[in-house]
Amino acid sequence: MNVLAVFKKELRSYFASPIAYVILTIFALISGYFFYSLLTFFSLNSLQASFNPAFAQGLNATEWIVRPLLRNIAVTMLLLMPAATMRLFSEEKKSGTIELLFSYPIRDWELLLGKFLAALALYGAMLGISLLDLAMLGFFARLEWGPILSGYLGLLLLGMAFLGLGILASSLTENQIVAAVGAFGVLLLLWVIGWSTEAAGPTLGPILSHISIINHYDSFAKGTIESKDVIFYLDFTLLCLFLTLRSLESKRWRG
Amino acid sequence: MIEAEKLTKYYEKVAAIEDVSFSVEKGEIVGFLGPNGAGKTTTMRILAGFLPPSSGTARVAGYDILTNSLQVRRRIGYLPENVPLYTEMKVADYLDFVAEVKGVERRRRRRTIGEIMEKCRIVEVQRMLIGALSRGYRQRVGIAQALLNDPEVLILDEPTLGLDPKQIIEIRQLIKELSGRSTIILSTHILPEVSMVCQRIIIINEGHIIAVDTPENLTARLQNSAKLLVRVDGPADQVNAALSRLPGVLRAEAMEEARDAAVSFVVESERDRDLRREVSCIIVERGWGLLELRPADMTLEEVFIRLVTEEEQGVRE
Repeated sequence: MNVLAVFKKELRSYFASPIAYVILTIFALISGYFFYSLLTFFSLNSLQASFNPAFAQGLNATEWIVRPLLRNIAVTMLLLMPAATMRLFSEEKKSGTIELLFSYPIRDWELLLGKFLAALALYGAMLGISLLDLAMLGFFARLEWGPILSGYLGLLLLGMAFLGLGILASSLTENQIVAAVGAFGVLLLLWVIGWSTEAAGPTLGPILSHISIINHYDSFAKGTIESKDVIFYLDFTLLCLFLTLRSLESKRWRG
Repeated sequence: MIEAEKLTKYYEKVAAIEDVSFSVEKGEIVGFLGPNGAGKTTTMRILAGFLPPSSGTARVAGYDILTNSLQVRRRIGYLPENVPLYTEMKVADYLDFVAEVKGVERRRRRRTIGEIMEKCRIVEVQRMLIGALSRGYRQRVGIAQALLNDPEVLILDEPTLGLDPKQIIEIRQLIKELSGRSTIILSTHILPEVSMVCQRIIIINEGHIIAVDTPENLTARLQNSAKLLVRVDGPADQVNAALSRLPGVLRAEAMEEARDAAVSFVVESERDRDLRREVSCIIVERGWGLLELRPADMTLEEVFIRLVTEEEQGVRE
């Protein structure tokens, strides 16, 4: 199965170079720090709440720890994912290995899917690391796992969209920096576009809010899985992958 | 095994190759010879399915490269010019990846890879990173990956480029050993290389094929004769006879197109012997009209000379 072969090869190169280690380490540090600071803040407030029963009503770990943590993880991914995807096609083009790769009997979509899944596996490992923190907390405190799991499903879908755009950028240039900055720039733009919905007026506002890549995440964070949001992320990912396929084909045709 | 039909490739507006047609029979080793920038790599890339031609097409191993690219790619082994390999992978891991995508069955994979590593003499470096290999080893890993699917057609672009003389001899030996199993087309800008390895030579220059022949014939054609083009207003057979009888002329031949009374002849003479004076004298003596007298098109020779000089430079470097 060619997809599997490409997948294995890509994972191997992720871990043969420092990229995967750097990304995983930095992510573990950052998400661990977020977790730690949210947890201490929460326990401080819990201590105060023990003197003030009215205040204690509003205190729960999901609201105070899980939701902000996942939101912060999403921001971190926005910064890290372009670094994980930038080499996928750019490097092959720069070093010329794409010439041999294209001479093998691999269909373009098999190649793309293998690379996408390898990046997704790296992303999955990152999510796994952050889930360890919560699992640890789960030993000592009672957590609502429903919103956590739906939050992670949302992160997974959001991450797929990030990866899709990253791969598309990588397929368009042979320069890894350009691929990373391009992907990051577009993602950031799609992110902040949601902030200006109120100023944009009654017609443009909802449109901006709908194409904002992070607005669709809110429902997952609240613990509800809405099909329109799932479909948004899947659509976004598929569109990016489709455009990548076209870009690979056009490379063949334009030479 | 390979039939190229009017392959043309434009980069922007410049034609890299134009109307390149040739065919290679099963089991042949054919050399693609030409100076740098002649269009060798472009042709190789088109045959390997990496570049599509701007027009024209080719059939490789019985399948059209445009409409049946996947079938073609299953049946070829390709070694690109600069041997682009994954430097961060180990030799054995890389070959394993290639064997898998080339569809070598799982249970035969280990044995196939072992055999090919032995054939290419890279067994001792299989645990090394490709990036750490010397140029010669890297070239052999490149050939090994091309051989993994037991290809019907091998396309080798400058397989001896950048190697030292000892490595060159080894690679040539390896190519000769492969000739029984596969049809091989290889490109080179080194003249003796093709005559040593190939049964047939295609000479390409500035994107056009200018000669296709066996090494022996080509050498014979080039080393022993110089050609003059003569256009004469007079009776064709008498002129022909007179020209043929001239001392130093090997052969005189009338060219087909005969507009009005004038006929063009190609006069072949020994190399390094200028016959223009004798030719003009005899034509004027007989009272015919001498309309044109010039050295015939020498492109093939020029290319050869360029190849020879390039090679000398290469040796000095």
